[in-house]
Amino acid sequence: MIGFARTVRLWFDPREIRQEGVTPDYRFSLANERTFLAWLRTALALIGGGFAVDQFLPGLRWGWRVGLALALLAAGVVCSLRAVNHWVRCERAMRRGEDLPVSRFPALLSLAVAVVAVAMVVVVLVGWEG
Amino acid sequence: MSGAAARPASERDPGLQPERTRLAWRRTTLSSTAAAILAMKTTLHGGVSAPGIVVCALCCALWLAFLLIAHHRIRTLSATSSPTALTPRHATAGALLTVGLAVCAAALVF
Repeated sequence: MIGFARTVRLWFDPREIRQEGVTPDYRFSLANERTFLAWLRTALALIGGGFAVDQFLPGLRWGWRVGLALALLAAGVVCSLRAVNHWVRCERAMRRGEDLPVSRFPALLSLAVAVVAVAMVVVVLVGWEG
Repeated sequence: MSGAAARPASERDPGLQPERTRLAWRRTTLSSTAAAILAMKTTLHGGVSAPGIVVCALCCALWLAFLLIAHHRIRTLSATSSPTALTPRHATAGALLTVGLAVCAAALVF
């Protein structure tokens, strides 16, 4: 938990991260930035998906529709927070010359998206009249 | 991979890294535009209410803030041939704006 609070502080403080290690080749930093942006786009796409469920499945019952939309929106929130956290951790690892952090988040996210997709298919097929 | 700092400032990076990063910012801005437009569609769908308009205005403000961050970063990236890294403050701001958009979306959907 203390480690988490320290990482959250790194999100906001540019000097603290610059004190560590050596500045890596700018190209590595830019590649890390593009990865961060790609995750941010994934988060925005999940948020867009939340809107789309709400807008384009009007035949669904209110509970299902809002539940699916909120699940997608929550995935978007987690994805964007994790994007900045992973970016900071990669930046720090590059400065210290350590291995890049590994993560099980991509696997978890793909499982979550698969579950939501299956739920959507089932709900659309079963609950169309509801 | 060695000697990035030793290159003359005018020389172009053969991997076009700053340009690719610039385009990545553009794509991300485009994604946030799409999300903001969907927010507007949700607000205007089926009866306009005062709280809905307020949340929609908030979404537009968040989108504008994201646009400003992207613009600032794109200008930094095009200023020199070996630009400095993204600052944590910018990255956090970008992520928090996305979170804000999701919160607004939850309010609109409810």
